Amino acid sequence: MTDRIEPPSAADTPPAPRPPRWWLLLGRDRLAAVASAVLTLVVLVALSGRLFIGDRAQRQDLRASLRPPSLDHGVYGLLGTDVLGRSVLARLVDAAGTTLSVAVPAVLCSLVIGSALGLWAGYHGGVRESVTMRVADVILSFPSLLIAVVVLYVFAPSAMNIVLILAVTRVPVYLRTARAESAELRSRLFVDAARTFGTPSRKIIYWHVLPIVLPTLLTVATLDFCFVMLTESSLSFLGIGIQPPDVSWGLMVAQGRQYLGTAWWIAVLPGVAIVLTTVSATVLAAWARLATDPAQRWRLTLPRKRRGATAVPTEMIQ
Amino acid sequence: MVPFLRKRVVSSAIPLLFVVLGVFFLARMTGNPVDLYLPLSATPEQRADFSAAQGFDDSVPVQLWHYLTGAVQLDFGTSLRTGQPAATMVLDAFPVTLQLAGVTMLLAISGALLVGSLAAYRPGSAIDRIAGLLSMTAASIPDFWFAIVGVLVFGVSLDLLPTSGTLGGPEVWILPVATLLIRPFGVLVQVVRGSMVGALSAPYVKIARSKGADARRVVFGHALRNAVTPVLTVAGDLTVALVNGAVIVETIFGWPGIGKLMIDSILQRDFAVLQAAVLLTAVTIFALNILVDVCHALLDPRVRQAVPA
Repeated sequence: MTDRIEPPSAADTPPAPRPPRWWLLLGRDRLAAVASAVLTLVVLVALSGRLFIGDRAQRQDLRASLRPPSLDHGVYGLLGTDVLGRSVLARLVDAAGTTLSVAVPAVLCSLVIGSALGLWAGYHGGVRESVTMRVADVILSFPSLLIAVVVLYVFAPSAMNIVLILAVTRVPVYLRTARAESAELRSRLFVDAARTFGTPSRKIIYWHVLPIVLPTLLTVATLDFCFVMLTESSLSFLGIGIQPPDVSWGLMVAQGRQYLGTAWWIAVLPGVAIVLTTVSATVLAAWARLATDPAQRWRLTLPRKRRGATAVPTEMIQ
Repeated sequence: MVPFLRKRVVSSAIPLLFVVLGVFFLARMTGNPVDLYLPLSATPEQRADFSAAQGFDDSVPVQLWHYLTGAVQLDFGTSLRTGQPAATMVLDAFPVTLQLAGVTMLLAISGALLVGSLAAYRPGSAIDRIAGLLSMTAASIPDFWFAIVGVLVFGVSLDLLPTSGTLGGPEVWILPVATLLIRPFGVLVQVVRGSMVGALSAPYVKIARSKGADARRVVFGHALRNAVTPVLTVAGDLTVALVNGAVIVETIFGWPGIGKLMIDSILQRDFAVLQAAVLLTAVTIFALNILVDVCHALLDPRVRQAVPA
């Protein structure tokens, strides 16, 4: 009874283990490191490539029509030319800019709108929740291609409109994720505590709920980036996306399709660019899912040989 | 089970209604079909006659009334393009899409269950890493690109498979199904693997093992049943995407399915056919979602008891 519990002094408690630096975690996973290098390269090319190529992506040279990839014609002949003699390399670089300038704003818009609405709906529950979820259901059950075609017919198929359509059709994805997580968090103790102290719900959502949901949302966004990129290229391929003289990777595949038998490189190379970018984003998303989850992060700190093997105890492996 | 079903049907009927109404208004926003179907030299009288004959003169509420009353009686009007009843055209096209979607999903689900379980059995093993990279790549390949590269390699260069059309033996199915298959397969392998890793480290699996159940029984008898719920949800969403129009595949390979019919109807302002097609796919998706939920309830007693709001 008389023993007083001594408050632990600062010297006794070991310092809390710091979460490992993210670039160290990235270095441990070779595949994720390669993926992030590829993505960085794509972003750099998209941002600054146009400064280097000048008007090369549009410059026609009919004498150089349908040249196969070779080392004989300088940097711009490296990946061959299309039927008008335009350099495929220069067009790939130009298209990287267009493709990312559509995909990134679309993902950001749907991420912000969807998450904000979802967190709000999930936190408050009740009528607000069910109305928001029904709206999401309606958007999801609508043939999104139909919306795209209609909007692009009514308004012109400009990059701005494509961003808008992609953003609207992807909002439900974030909305559902954010709602589910925030509905689960609203009854947690620390949220209750904040509410007891009279914190306005807007601030609770921003300071207490959002930080926990954010890693999941960012992972979903990385995956969705692939989906948006693929949709943009499909729309461009069908002729209702990016319009010439602008060029995107999907449009390049469409333009190269009729020369498939004679000049495979026009249609195949932009597809390779799409695949490399989307696969990298997927790999990075898978890595981010592990790295942002405190319960799973330790897997990445293990040496390669032992990683993951502990998920199923070794004695169970025959 | 019955109250569960009733609630589920009511709550998904609302989106269905919105889709039916939405397509009516969206279609009319694409423009006036009169300009497309009559020559530029048509006189104003001819234009007026055409409009009146097709019912485009009526006010929008009247047109909507005709559409809704017709739909209830399963009469969707006639196609502007072909003069056939819209319902006939849609019912001719739908089985093609359904067959494609059915075969694709059957292969994708069974393949993914097998590969995903193998990968999850030893996380971090060579099989797991290969399956991981393979599935990520499969989920990220643009289908139109895969299709035309497939045509280039197998149709043109090797001359093994037909490049388009539906006539012929089983070989006409290979390229379209392969194109449709890659994305669902890749996505599903990842989902199966993820939820199997979780299930295989659960206590009931340890108990099953300690009681001496062999590996096949543990994986397929105990773990898979509990791991299959998220797989079902994702597979449902992927099937919805397929039913909603394998437009790209149907266009490239020349299959007369519902996706191609829809996009042609939009481009030709063939409102009657478009409305009928969207209504049919919306009802199918509605039924599909209910079916997925019923499967959930059958597999998981907790879902049966907790009636969703």
